[in-house]
Amino acid sequence: MSTALRQAWTIARKDLRCELRAASGIITMVLLGFLVVLVFSFSLDPGTRDSALARSGVLWAAFLFPGLIAVGRSFEGEKEVQCLEGLLLCPVERTVIYLGKLISSAILALASGFLVLIFFTVLYNVGIGLPWLALLGVIVLVALGLSAVGTLSAAITVSVRARGALLTIIVLPLLVPLLIAAARCSVSLLGQDPWGGLSFWPIMMVAFDVIFLAVGVAIFDFVVE
Amino acid sequence: MPGIEITGLRFSFGGPAVLKGVDLRVDQGSLVTIFGPNGTGKTTLLKILAGLLRPSKGTVFIAGVDATRAPNSLRRLIGMISHQPYLYPQLTGRENLEFYARLYGLKDPRAKAGRMLEELKMTAAAESEVGTYSRGMQQRLAVARALLHDPRVLLLDEPFTGLDPQGREQLSGLLHGLRDGERTVIMTTHDLDEGLDLSDRVAILARGKVALDLPAAGLDHAAFRALYRETLGT
Repeated sequence: MSTALRQAWTIARKDLRCELRAASGIITMVLLGFLVVLVFSFSLDPGTRDSALARSGVLWAAFLFPGLIAVGRSFEGEKEVQCLEGLLLCPVERTVIYLGKLISSAILALASGFLVLIFFTVLYNVGIGLPWLALLGVIVLVALGLSAVGTLSAAITVSVRARGALLTIIVLPLLVPLLIAAARCSVSLLGQDPWGGLSFWPIMMVAFDVIFLAVGVAIFDFVVE
Repeated sequence: MPGIEITGLRFSFGGPAVLKGVDLRVDQGSLVTIFGPNGTGKTTLLKILAGLLRPSKGTVFIAGVDATRAPNSLRRLIGMISHQPYLYPQLTGRENLEFYARLYGLKDPRAKAGRMLEELKMTAAAESEVGTYSRGMQQRLAVARALLHDPRVLLLDEPFTGLDPQGREQLSGLLHGLRDGERTVIMTTHDLDEGLDLSDRVAILARGKVALDLPAAGLDHAAFRALYRETLGT
């Protein structure tokens, strides 16, 4: 592993360890996801609940809110414990800090997304098979894209007082293409013909992730300065 | 070669200039304390030296390295102790030191962290989360963090803030112990007596410039207090 990646993993591992020990952030994320899945299951009648469109909407609403918390934590955690300057004093490229934060928020978003998917699978009677695994793959791509955009935005808003609200305002419009692609994929995977409707949407998601990762790496130095 | 050489340094946060042409030369191996009232730019000056802020104008050379152009190689030369310890409360003392040792690219981070904990007599608390430490213990661990990579320049930004008398005494003893004739130290503090006792030179920052810079030797507490008031015009 190159030095930069090793250092990025050091930052990510530290973040995950802190989050696991504090626990409150992770519990909030998972409970919020469960709550969305549960509330929708109460409000949708049985016929609607079985439609791929409704299921897809529930899944992404339940994934997105905890995911936004995960990316918001990436720099807010540093700010809370007044360690951001200590991190910036270390002789590591700013890009390494971005990658470290991206990895930790992606793992957090993915972990909560995985738990939400399991809860969703049980509650909405979703079959487990190849389409389910593909759905998990879609969640991985969304977690990566959300973290690439969110980590950069979290760094921009970290010094602002209403950073939570501002982060959502910045991130959600940027995520629209990714969310459309994810929703189209999941509608197909949860429907009668799982593979027929996928079309180019997975490729679009990969392209989104690559572009925003490259943008993040390119401008993070400028954002921090 | 001077340890630190600052020439014509200016800085503004966007409004009126905080630093309006700071000139300061610090010999290698010496300890200089910068005094001044709140808001005169002492912390800003140290943040520029640490590469955390970029000056609007002027030059800063630290151990011969241009601080405005080579921030990464500069960071390897610098250790900083602030009133914020830069420690993660959810991690243990050992984990905190290991984390920073890895980011500094030190060989065998675990062993290095262990040695620093031993040197600062903190082995007993090494496996406790830093959130459970007293302020004095946190500041001792912050000293260990700042010294992990054996920096040639140490920046101390009001390191005594929030410490009780016992903690101040311990930290003062630690800082005395850091004087090895090689390491250059710049400290800011409001405590005139403590700062004077520790320093080779004293400087007073007022109205965005170094208004006074003279050797500490031969200055007693009363004379320095009078000089401080006179320089600030209070």
